[in-house]
Amino acid sequence: MHMADALLSPAVGGTMWAASAATVAYCSTKVRQSLDDRKIPLMGVLAAFVFAAQMINFTIPATGSSGHLGGGLILAILLGAPAAFLAIASVLTVQALFFADGGLLALGCNIFNLGIFPCFIAYPLIYKKIVGDHPTSGRLLTGSLIAAIAGLQMGAFGVVLETTLSGISELPFSSFVIMMQPIHLAIGIVEGLVTAGVISFIWQARPEILEKAAADRPIGALPIGKVLIGLAMVTIFTGGILSWYASEHPDGLEWSMFKVSGQEELEATNGLHHSLEIIQEKTAFLPDYNFKDTAEGDSGRLGTSASGLVGGLLVMLMGIAIGLVLKKRGVVGHDHPHPHPHV
Amino acid sequence: MSTKIDRAFDNIGRLDTLAESNTPLHQLDPRAKLLTTAVFVVSVVSFNKYEIARLLPFFLYPAVLIGLGNLPLGFLLRKLLIVSPFVIFLGIFNPWLDREIILQIGTFGISGGWLSFLSLLLRFVLTVGAALLLIASTGFATICMALEKLSTPRIFAVQLLLLYRYIFVLIAETLRLLRAHSLRSFDRKNGISYRVFLQLLGNLLLRTIDRAQRIHTAMLCRAFTGEIKIIRQFRFGVKEVIFLTGFSTLFIILRLTDAIDLLGYLVLQISR
Repeated sequence: MHMADALLSPAVGGTMWAASAATVAYCSTKVRQSLDDRKIPLMGVLAAFVFAAQMINFTIPATGSSGHLGGGLILAILLGAPAAFLAIASVLTVQALFFADGGLLALGCNIFNLGIFPCFIAYPLIYKKIVGDHPTSGRLLTGSLIAAIAGLQMGAFGVVLETTLSGISELPFSSFVIMMQPIHLAIGIVEGLVTAGVISFIWQARPEILEKAAADRPIGALPIGKVLIGLAMVTIFTGGILSWYASEHPDGLEWSMFKVSGQEELEATNGLHHSLEIIQEKTAFLPDYNFKDTAEGDSGRLGTSASGLVGGLLVMLMGIAIGLVLKKRGVVGHDHPHPHPHV
Repeated sequence: MSTKIDRAFDNIGRLDTLAESNTPLHQLDPRAKLLTTAVFVVSVVSFNKYEIARLLPFFLYPAVLIGLGNLPLGFLLRKLLIVSPFVIFLGIFNPWLDREIILQIGTFGISGGWLSFLSLLLRFVLTVGAALLLIASTGFATICMALEKLSTPRIFAVQLLLLYRYIFVLIAETLRLLRAHSLRSFDRKNGISYRVFLQLLGNLLLRTIDRAQRIHTAMLCRAFTGEIKIIRQFRFGVKEVIFLTGFSTLFIILRLTDAIDLLGYLVLQISR
């Protein structure tokens, strides 16, 4: 479900980065203003809890598979939207760096898909409305289930949209949607059940924790509508700038091979895919120059692309050689890793 | 389950250990490495989807970093393999969906789908590899402080630092919970039932919240007023400027011009 750099175009990745960065900045200010400094360690430790909790799996009867906590919704319930958003963003950053989930450019998409939907839509507009101030186990279950499912459906749809707009994967929009949404329905149900179960457990064992969380939560003062409008504006603004830039500098998209083989551009099969493809062509980031040896005619052009491949391989081999030499030299003097110093 | 926990420790612990070695690469200011990585990733991703030849020179950067930082190639490749399935899954349909012949080598035609799939794999290795190299050569805490210096909101930098510090503590806590559970249960074959799972998770959560309270008290004892101060001096010297501008210029040249074609063309001409 994590978006990956390899599937992204810079325009889509950049836009999502801007939107997520703006939200991180906004939420940081909100948390600092809330004057509740207990939240600072709580956010950090609860984010670590999400990591640890994902190591406990339960068996889903009759399926042979197992489920675990995703974490977005439960963080929102315990911390409130802005603090939970920061916690989720931090979890995703650690995952991107240590577990190689996605990569750095895709981090913007991932924070958007897995942070904004649960914190600013599923939690305030669904969970809170259903559960209210006096939770019962029935309301907790319904609220968590619907909020978790809705949050994950939106997140999955975000992945589909970002992938299709980037146009690196050929998977048509419709079949991708049909693939992603049901899988995330199942994941959402598990997430909802687990969240409801854990919150009920806490409610029975230590109700004051949830009461406190409900009381000092600054959510009443948080203008969800404003946040969403602001977010939409940031997205449209950066998306607009990036695609304007791209269309001002049209990319010589046709690979020189297109001309060599005499083939036309790819034939788009259906309307939506076609228009998405046009967007993709428009959003290629930087201008593309083709070196052409026109003097030699057709064979010369083929030679150009062959030379591209030769040149590319050459530099790559050079790099590997440099790496090997550096590494050989490095072994002698420097490296002396310490044993793991933590905890 | 234990394999999963081992994997997490393997992931974080090993990268952490690597980050503490003392090579020329590790000594560089983290901001230089962070910004160079960003330029690298954007350059790689901005090629059109059929590009292969011009992606190859970008392997120069990881190769040099591995050499300069004396990092273990096999370990990094294993980590790449673990996360590759999603990307492969999304790319593997390209050859079926895009059958247009684009490249003709003699009588052998290669379709656009295969080219874009190969290109996607190259991008994946380059971008995710760059992120792994960054962490293995810098360390997480240092990256957080660099982020703060690059004007990330301080509260977010602190959040990252706290999360990172307590992952280890909470994983150990979880291990104790699971060990206690397995000592008291005989039916290991069926795993943990939903009911027991909720109790384990609930208890872990309660302990976590209590821990947060203790941490807060301890912070208050040390004059915490809601504002966290990060004291760390970095020096952006000549080496850093050379690293950042040198590599960035190289990436931009490789991206915007046909230096590679020219080089290959010359080689072909000479060899004729």
